[in-house]
Amino acid sequence: MSLWPMAVAAGLLALSVSADAAEPPPGAASCSGCHGILPTGAAVPVLRGRPAAEIAGIMRAFKSGARPATVMGRIAKGFSDPEIDAIATWTSGHGP
Amino acid sequence: MSRGTPARRRTLFGLTVAAALAPSIARAQGAARVVVVGGGFGGATCARALKKLQPALGVTLVEAGKAYTACPFSNEVIAGLRDLKQQEFGYGAIARDGVAIAPMAATAVDPAAKTVTLGDGAKLSYDRLVIAPGIDLDWKALPGYDEKAAEKMPHAWKAGAQTLLLRRQLEAMEDGGVVAISTPAAPYRCPPAPYERASQIAWYLRTKKPRSKVLLLDSKDSFPQQRLFQAAWARLYPEMIEWVPLSQGGNVTSVDPATRTFNTDFDKHTADVANVIPPQKAAAIAHSAGVADRTGWCPVEPIAFESILQPGVHVLGDAALMGAMPKAAFSANAQAKVCAAAIVDLLAGHKPAEPRLISACYTLAAPDWGFSIVGVYRPEEGQLLEVPGAGGTSPVDGDSALRAQEAHYAEACFQTLTGEIFG
Ligand SMILES: Cc1cc2nc3c(=O)[nH]c(=O)nc-3n(C[C@H](O)[C@H](O)[C@H](O)COP(=O)(O)OP(=O)(O)OC[C@H]3O[C@@H](n4cnc5c(N)ncnc54)[C@H](O)[C@@H]3O)c2cc1C
Repeated sequence: MSLWPMAVAAGLLALSVSADAAEPPPGAASCSGCHGILPTGAAVPVLRGRPAAEIAGIMRAFKSGARPATVMGRIAKGFSDPEIDAIATWTSGHGP
Repeated sequence: MSRGTPARRRTLFGLTVAAALAPSIARAQGAARVVVVGGGFGGATCARALKKLQPALGVTLVEAGKAYTACPFSNEVIAGLRDLKQQEFGYGAIARDGVAIAPMAATAVDPAAKTVTLGDGAKLSYDRLVIAPGIDLDWKALPGYDEKAAEKMPHAWKAGAQTLLLRRQLEAMEDGGVVAISTPAAPYRCPPAPYERASQIAWYLRTKKPRSKVLLLDSKDSFPQQRLFQAAWARLYPEMIEWVPLSQGGNVTSVDPATRTFNTDFDKHTADVANVIPPQKAAAIAHSAGVADRTGWCPVEPIAFESILQPGVHVLGDAALMGAMPKAAFSANAQAKVCAAAIVDLLAGHKPAEPRLISACYTLAAPDWGFSIVGVYRPEEGQLLEVPGAGGTSPVDGDSALRAQEAHYAEACFQTLTGEIFG
């Protein structure tokens, strides 16, 4: 097997930066286990494309119990408000 | 130029990190190779996530099976509510994303040389290895129970032919028969699944063979979501499921496949259909790679899931000791995405961020009767522990509308999860 062609490698440095930027904040990677990128008969909403402030507001309402939930209340309680904001921003933009 | 010499490696909070020299980063990022062994919920997620996060990585997924057969919802296959085909997934989409698929078993790992040997004798070199091979049934742990016995007393704990065998046995049973299920001591794959199985079998019997019974021989005195299960059984299947806990002689000490008999501490139970869920351990390749310890499972640090025993090798999913996180498909998927991001960081010489993981597991006690157990986890004292105040189960006093809603979510999440991985 041929190892590490330098020309290719050097050209890829830029890619690594953008890849890092796409890394989800703590907790956010788990969301795509249930929240898909395509609507699945409306049972679980798609997050991508929804305004971050709206997602964060709903998460806070789940956390406080103001909004009734099945699993989301139990999940939201595991995150601080800044963590919720970071997750909301990421899920709104990048996915899931 | 030679890559990552030992002198350039140092250990950072238990993770081996390639030292941060600019050219070596470029090389590691550009052409680094990650091999993933096992294409289940953990490994297949990880391979795909690695390629998505860092398209320049060379990612190879080594999987022994041609297709994957998923265990979640396989209890519904046993109950005749679902087709096994609905559990099967191929690797085509993962390959189209640029992941190289090696469709064969990995037979050996050399962590010092950083190579994986494949069934055809070929060797793959890696910069980082991910092992996610799931479980092996421990054929030596329960006297009388070996691979041959499983043809008479199916385990159905790996979905496929065994699932169908148990279903056929149920279908062939006369009304008035006894279906016995024995459970292993923890840890084992999917803690609530034996009780879900008892429920699903009761659902089948209530509809088709109402004079029959389910006998649950348990090696424990309590089980996950116990109050939810027992309330569901009392309401949906009154008098049909008998649970025999450890303290009442439920612990099975040996079996006799010829007569389908379970021997317990004080008693003998002969069943018409006998489902033995035997003790389990990390799958063989984890042992031969030297990442499993005497418990039979693989200890890992809680940030990138790198082996405590072999630097450069990550273990995730059912095979790993993940602190408080249950051995579940949802957990394996969450761990795999965290691991992929951490590997991209490590290859770039960055310290991975401290992760937070969510596990959400649904149980179907009947097609329209679902409930769930949830946990949020973070690294604490060297392992993944639950974030206090979060997580827990569905309310025990929930009404039938809530149960129906959770059953609906269970199905939707299975579709989303398998779609993310294989779709
Ligand atoms: C009856 C039942 C019901 C369940 N229900 C649920 C549920 O509702 N929700 C939930 O979250 N979880 C559920 N689970 C648990 C879930 O199935 C497991 O936790 C999950 O499969 C673990 O994923 P994994 O990737 O670690 O291992 P696996 O899914 O077992 O995947 C391992 C893969 O590695 C491959 N492999 C092994 N060794 C090698 C080798 N040497 N070379 C190449 N390939 C190899 C195997 O072929 C396999 O494809 C259930 C389990 C059972 C038994």
